[in-house]
Amino acid sequence: MPKIPLWDLPELPKNQLPPHLYLQKTRVFCNNDAPTHTENIHYSGAYAALGVDNSLRLDEFRKNFKVKVIKLNEEDMEFDLIGIDASIANAFRRILISELPTMAIEKVLVANSSSVVQDEVLAQRLGLVPIKVDPRLFDYMSENDVPNQKNSIVFKLHYKCDRGSGERRTVYSHDLKWLPFGSEYVLPTESSSDSTSKPKTYTSFTSSQDSLPEFANNPITVTPGIIISKLGPGQEIELEAHAVKGVGKTHAKWSPVATSWYRMLPEVILLQDIEDDDAHKLVKKCPVNVFDIEDVGRERATVARPRSCTLCRECIREPGWEEKVALRRVKDHFIFTIESTGALPPEVLFTEAVKILEDKCERVITELS
Amino acid sequence: MSPLGECPLDPGGYFVVKGNEKASVMSSTEMTKSKTIIRMEKEKVYLVLNAFTSKVPIMLVMKAMGMETDQEVVQMLGRDPQYATLLLPSIEDCASIGIYTQLQALEFLEKKDEGALGVLRDIFIPNIRVGGIKSPVRENNFHLKCVYVVVMLRRMMDAILNKDAMDDKDYIGNKRLELSGQLLSLLFEDLFKSMNDQVKFNVDKILSKPSRSSRFDVSQHLLKESITVGLERSLSTGNWDVSRFKMHRKGMTQIVTRLSFIGAFGSMTKISPQFEKSRKVSGPRALQPSQWGMLCPCDTPEGEACGLVKNLALMTHVTTDEEEGPIISLCTCFGVEDLSTLSGEELHSPSSYLIILNGLILGKHRRPERFANVMRKLRRAGKVGDFVSIYVNEKQRCVYIASDGGRVCRPLVIADNGVSRIKDHHMRELKDGVRNFDSFLREGLIEYLDVNEENNALIALYEGEATHETTHVEIEPFTILGACAGLIPFPHHNQSPRNTYQCAMGKQAMGNIAYNQSLRSTVSLNEAMSDGYLDLPFGLSSTAATDDENNRAAGQNATVAVMSYSGYDIEDAIVMNKSSLDRGFGRCIVMKKISAAYQKYDNTSDQFSSPCRSQHDQIQILDNDGLASPGEIIRHQDVYFQKECPIDPKGSMKSHPSQTPYRTSKQTYKGAEGETAVVDRVALCSDKRNNLNVKFMIRHTRRPEVGDKFSSRHGQKGVCGTIVQQEDFPFSERGICPDLIMNPHGFPSRMTVGKMIELLGSKAGVSCGRFHYGSAFGEPSGHADKVEDISETLVKHGFCYNGKDFLYSGITGMPLQAYIFMGPIYYQKLKHMVLDKMHARGMGPRQLITRQPTEGRSRNGGLRVGEMERDCLIAYGTSNLIYERLMISSDPFEVQVCRKCGLLGYINYKSKTRVNFKNISRFLLS
Repeated sequence: MPKIPLWDLPELPKNQLPPHLYLQKTRVFCNNDAPTHTENIHYSGAYAALGVDNSLRLDEFRKNFKVKVIKLNEEDMEFDLIGIDASIANAFRRILISELPTMAIEKVLVANSSSVVQDEVLAQRLGLVPIKVDPRLFDYMSENDVPNQKNSIVFKLHYKCDRGSGERRTVYSHDLKWLPFGSEYVLPTESSSDSTSKPKTYTSFTSSQDSLPEFANNPITVTPGIIISKLGPGQEIELEAHAVKGVGKTHAKWSPVATSWYRMLPEVILLQDIEDDDAHKLVKKCPVNVFDIEDVGRERATVARPRSCTLCRECIREPGWEEKVALRRVKDHFIFTIESTGALPPEVLFTEAVKILEDKCERVITELS
Repeated sequence: MSPLGECPLDPGGYFVVKGNEKASVMSSTEMTKSKTIIRMEKEKVYLVLNAFTSKVPIMLVMKAMGMETDQEVVQMLGRDPQYATLLLPSIEDCASIGIYTQLQALEFLEKKDEGALGVLRDIFIPNIRVGGIKSPVRENNFHLKCVYVVVMLRRMMDAILNKDAMDDKDYIGNKRLELSGQLLSLLFEDLFKSMNDQVKFNVDKILSKPSRSSRFDVSQHLLKESITVGLERSLSTGNWDVSRFKMHRKGMTQIVTRLSFIGAFGSMTKISPQFEKSRKVSGPRALQPSQWGMLCPCDTPEGEACGLVKNLALMTHVTTDEEEGPIISLCTCFGVEDLSTLSGEELHSPSSYLIILNGLILGKHRRPERFANVMRKLRRAGKVGDFVSIYVNEKQRCVYIASDGGRVCRPLVIADNGVSRIKDHHMRELKDGVRNFDSFLREGLIEYLDVNEENNALIALYEGEATHETTHVEIEPFTILGACAGLIPFPHHNQSPRNTYQCAMGKQAMGNIAYNQSLRSTVSLNEAMSDGYLDLPFGLSSTAATDDENNRAAGQNATVAVMSYSGYDIEDAIVMNKSSLDRGFGRCIVMKKISAAYQKYDNTSDQFSSPCRSQHDQIQILDNDGLASPGEIIRHQDVYFQKECPIDPKGSMKSHPSQTPYRTSKQTYKGAEGETAVVDRVALCSDKRNNLNVKFMIRHTRRPEVGDKFSSRHGQKGVCGTIVQQEDFPFSERGICPDLIMNPHGFPSRMTVGKMIELLGSKAGVSCGRFHYGSAFGEPSGHADKVEDISETLVKHGFCYNGKDFLYSGITGMPLQAYIFMGPIYYQKLKHMVLDKMHARGMGPRQLITRQPTEGRSRNGGLRVGEMERDCLIAYGTSNLIYERLMISSDPFEVQVCRKCGLLGYINYKSKTRVNFKNISRFLLS
């Protein structure tokens, strides 16, 4: 190898990483044995020796950041978050799961339950039923608060299976009836005292909830069709369920999402031209049809739908194929999915999550300053 | 059965004694009670019999039984000079003491022991009746006994000449299982005879009186309930003390463990040996090849009873006694020649075989194979009992027919010339419900073989493997496993001790007991646990597929990620997902029974008591009758039962019941502080003494907490190490978040490959929507899915073929640096929970006598600073702490001492005077 003086070496482009380092910085390499380069490089001076500034610039972020909604309906939402760090995307995910408040049944007053389902189990099942109500209209109920129309929702469930019918009946979540006036059960200590005044119940609602403008023509319901219990002949369930506001951190029932998660955008690269038989083999290998064949004189494999790659690694399983196909993940492109339980539409959930993160940041800033 | 509140799937097999379910443990025996031993000592052969005080030369016995000529004995032994040479010293010995005739021999024996002839006739080999089977005409015809002794002699000599002829003591065919029926019949016989004796004694006493007032009636003197009480006592304590039969056994019955259905089932198939377990022998503990298909190779406890306590396999049948008479007459019909018609020479003639029925020599047959085949045909046709075994032993030149009880046998498909008798149309009829197992048996498609007869059979594992010589085909290979081992998916991929561990652990798993489990508790089961949220395993195991066990599952499908997480997962601990627990994973319900009674006194009795409402909170859960009402939440120190007791229970007879003074008596609930239980059910019943009994079932729903024990079905137990929020858990590309995380270090040393395959199979099963099967040895027959097929399914649904997923860390949000093996595994919650075990105390109760802290958790006892703890404190140098622990915290006692006389001061209890109280000084004893 001929000696080349240092000053004769080609000039590295300024402010630009060499391609292999750029790839390592921006992509996760999903090799056959294990993924590599999974970590983000955050240190601003990581590439200082190369003359590249690695610090995060707000204007850069503003320029590059993009949100693209792929799918949106009442329950699910899939959207792309492009040009954002994994830690922030993860923060949204974490907040969605555990810090967004919803209403959920917390207290169940069982008047009568003769079904085979034990009271505690029944209560637990009721707790997990999503309530379709905007939690922002309610307050948290702290320890020494009395339940009132601003912090609790009361449902009634009275279901009976007649002895004569000889059939089993199923109790569904939509059998829960909203009681806008609060609890109907009278506190036991109050029952004997003065009968003239209104007897005290388990809740102290000052006004009916359906008189509030939000609920006037919009009664509070729960997600229908969830089986709560089954009753045999002669069995009966009579109970009141009190829902309060809470967050998923305390109990999963307050989580507004079934789950929410993201995945990084898959990137499938053909390192070599794959032609003819190999191309057909490759197309056949992929269970989710990532590859296609294009006819340019000879048949050549192309990557048609990289987004649908599930990373089954079938294409690089056989020895030798890892040199032909590279599976990567784009580190700053997140395909984010939110599956709402029904309390709030998924897009609202996300904006709420952003607000919470904002609050948190502000709190940090105020604490610091 | 269900309208009566009984579970239709309950297998039975246990006794209900005094409200407890007791299963009798089968015991395997090797020897019968009276032993006859022929032993060779210093080249001379002796007979050892307990009835004789010392050993007797065998030739003497032969002569005493009328076989006077030595030639006859040698002739019966066989022509081979080897046998004669071996017997020669014995013959010489006999001649040297000058005994030649029967009379001389009897006189000689009589000198040593009285009634020698009687012993020879009645106790020596008692199964041979003197006089022959069919001709009891001539008394004291010892010919058959002589023949038997000679056969015994010959067997012994065979063993000397050729070690191969030795019998194997651990061979299952030489063992008999003793079932509850036999045990009970012994017990009954003893009790019945005792009762007869007692009745006779009583009646004699009465009849011996010279004048009787009333007419004599025996029925008046029959002892009531003596048999019932005796049976009940033996069954409830498990002690079988039958002095009449010199039988003293302990632990013959066990309480059926009702934790899960399989656990209860497993305790009923248990077999324990009769000899003591402390013996350090390896022979009986080793896995016997003859155990194949009869006893489970996996299911045995660890520790001292390892290999001795066994369990039945799935298809095993234990025989019961069958009538011998018809078989004997059949044998003679088919050409068995009675021994008495044969000369000695013919006894061991090589051309014919001895026919032996249950250890009784019937005679000889010239064509043994044909005889055996005829007998077998008769059995298949149902003319002889299904469980009669015909076994041709070519080495011993014998045909053994067995119809006795206690043999283990199992069904096999009969094959003619290697072609199975069960054809496709039979199976179709079985599926349509036209046929059942019994009809297969009746039509001679299937037959039961015992361990001995299996030696005559050539059994093919699968129909396809059958050759021309094959006589039988296995029904299904996994039937070699027992009920507990059958629960393991892919057990044939696991390291064998893991399956053994799982067999022990499966009995501790909590699950559905029976369909009537919500009604059961009134039968006093102290702690029933059941899981409110049970799943069927996605990956099914052998018995789960065949049994209808699925309805009574004992676990849940957990999505498991095999990875390291947080350091709280070392030493087999598992990390659990809090949201999964919130949603109901691993919850269980613990039932506890407490009872109370309304006592009856001479003329008064306890009364119901209505609680006074305005009182303190503790009585809130009481109903108006003073009993806690079902559905109420019960806390520590709550009153659950209140009654009115008469202050003076002896009571004056005169006063009217309404005037007797009463006081209120309460019973308070003692549970863990802060734990809220619920009164599940209140049952009223009357007990033996006709008192009104109240039983409260207290139910407590528990969610898993740190320290609770869980286990997969592969002997991989672990405690919950920590509980982590869902958002901190890793999640996959499809948003799947595991329910628990298991440390990968659990795999290499345990080699539970079956667990990995279970994970793969379950994952494939979940994605394609059908159950995957993991029967033992099931791959060739299609009862277990092959890993290749599972992988194919996984790939088809977009998973990696090896079950490893690309996971993102829930904490950093970045992908993990490895693909994680993740999928559903069936997890069981075991009965060991921290809530039942955790214990700590500061000041607390002390024992009355010693004033030392009490012992044990149940008495809120102290924790001992033992020798090793002391060593630690010494090493650490905390001498004051040792001083405090050893001197101050435990035994200090303050006394008053007289300064002058030095005696202890005390208060005289009776006269209330103070003794030695002048010049008093306080003194601390410690």
